[in-house]
Amino acid sequence: MTELQLKNVSFTYPDGTKALENLTLTVPAGQRLAIIGQNGAGKTTAVKLMNGLLKPTEGEVTVGEWHTKDYTTAQVSRKVGYVFQNPDDQIFHNNVALEVQFGPKNMGFDSERVSLLTDWAMKLCGIYHVSHENPYNLPYSVRKFVTIASVLAMDSDVIILDEPTAGQDRVGLDLLSKLLDELEKKGKTVIAITHDMEFVTDYFSRIVVMANRTIIADDDSEHIFYNPAILEESMLKPPAVAKMANLLGLEKGILTKDQLLSVLKERVLMRGR
Amino acid sequence: MEDTYMNTIIEMKNVSYRYPVSDDWNIKNVSFTIEKGKFTAIIGNNGSGKTTLCNIIRGFIPHFYKGNLEGDVIVDNKRIVEYQLGQLGEKIGYVFQNPFIQVSGVKDTVFDEVAYGLENLGVEENEIIDRVNEILKLIEIEHLREKHPMELSGGQRQRVALASIIVMNPDILVIDEPTSQLDPIGTEHVFNIIRLMKDKGKTIILVEHKMDLIAEYADNLIVIQEGEIVLQGPTRDVFADSRFGKYNIQYPHVTEVALNLQKNGVTLKYVPIRDEELPESISWASVGESAYD
Repeated sequence: MTELQLKNVSFTYPDGTKALENLTLTVPAGQRLAIIGQNGAGKTTAVKLMNGLLKPTEGEVTVGEWHTKDYTTAQVSRKVGYVFQNPDDQIFHNNVALEVQFGPKNMGFDSERVSLLTDWAMKLCGIYHVSHENPYNLPYSVRKFVTIASVLAMDSDVIILDEPTAGQDRVGLDLLSKLLDELEKKGKTVIAITHDMEFVTDYFSRIVVMANRTIIADDDSEHIFYNPAILEESMLKPPAVAKMANLLGLEKGILTKDQLLSVLKERVLMRGR
Repeated sequence: MEDTYMNTIIEMKNVSYRYPVSDDWNIKNVSFTIEKGKFTAIIGNNGSGKTTLCNIIRGFIPHFYKGNLEGDVIVDNKRIVEYQLGQLGEKIGYVFQNPFIQVSGVKDTVFDEVAYGLENLGVEENEIIDRVNEILKLIEIEHLREKHPMELSGGQRQRVALASIIVMNPDILVIDEPTSQLDPIGTEHVFNIIRLMKDKGKTIILVEHKMDLIAEYADNLIVIQEGEIVLQGPTRDVFADSRFGKYNIQYPHVTEVALNLQKNGVTLKYVPIRDEELPESISWASVGESAYD
């Protein structure tokens, strides 16, 4: 099991652009965490530090027992898998199955484990039936699932998803929901960067809000989305359900459709008596 | 009669299309008209044919992609096969779904990238500079003008892609998922720009999955499923249509909530599609009052 820690981490790109300032975060093994915030807040830089793609300019990043600065990106990525925002930055095989099995093969797993992991990941990502297709013949939304499967097949303890819901339809969203449950059962840590507030409130209990290159809040969703100061500073909008609850003058804390519906049904029933 | 004819800018009559290597028809017997100046959203799950339909509207099918195209596609009173692809490119601006492929790759700055299309049209230099400056300001990307297009984030590229099309001033904008990489504020901003384009009389055709925004902005909807148009009409009518539910397409969040309440015996005054409509549509005020009876 792998705990992730960022201690007083700052990062400056070689051209002098400061991307992160004094960021501290601990993610226990097996936790599900969403990172939200505007474009440019530093979300992607933060997760690239977690899987060793970037090394901190100041501070320390530890993955389990490892300090990322002492290991190569290839080594760290065995523990922390990162699914890129843009699938086309990641895909380089002309066949879905080859793409998905590249990771586990490259890690030196035996062929039985490679094929078990490949099949498991393709089924979980709903791409088993297109395993012989060229990924570039598939729609963008499906290519995203190809990249998710390629990372899952590496069986890392920590999985980072960058904008998993971008361009997804209802079918894709349902697939993501099942996938998150399965990963939770397996004890995986899942960190998602997302702009999709409905996705956040439906599936994540711990929310980290980033703005201006650092973390401005780290709390559960009720405390984030009903706190105007945080919303204003991070320029985030509350999910639709919170907006509806507010319009109806309901109590604070309602975030999911199920919560809203049960409150509304109860009130309407009371009227009937 | 004369008026309807004049106001139609795009018309499809019994259009079917099959890609060169495809066994099945990808678009099946599709008919619709789009009025000049209207905002029409094409919705449907991935793989249903939305992008293919866009490619037919902008003439990429049949001018670029071969395959079998049947039926009539008429843009501005002329059959699409009678246009040169270049003429259509000036009339119809197309913003790609994936901003990572739209950027030309031959220009070193955002300014030059946005100017590229106008240069190709042979527009005079001072006019190019003025028009590009105006658009950079409109899209709020002036701060990116000297940046290299390849160094931009997904959200920034998406805005540059939109700018480089709008600057060409086409009559029709076909926009394929313009906000998939954008944060909520950026998304709203893009929709405000699209609305601005509509106010200038442009015809907008948008592919998008964010139904709350579609409910807010689109005049009409076309629902496509496995290459067929299964529903079309004014936005509210389509979302309120009892058949919509069976296509497993996302509803606006408020519509989903209201329809669920209706299933549980709550009477709806009408089917809400915008958050603000929820209290009135479920007669909420009277619920609150009667609680104190």
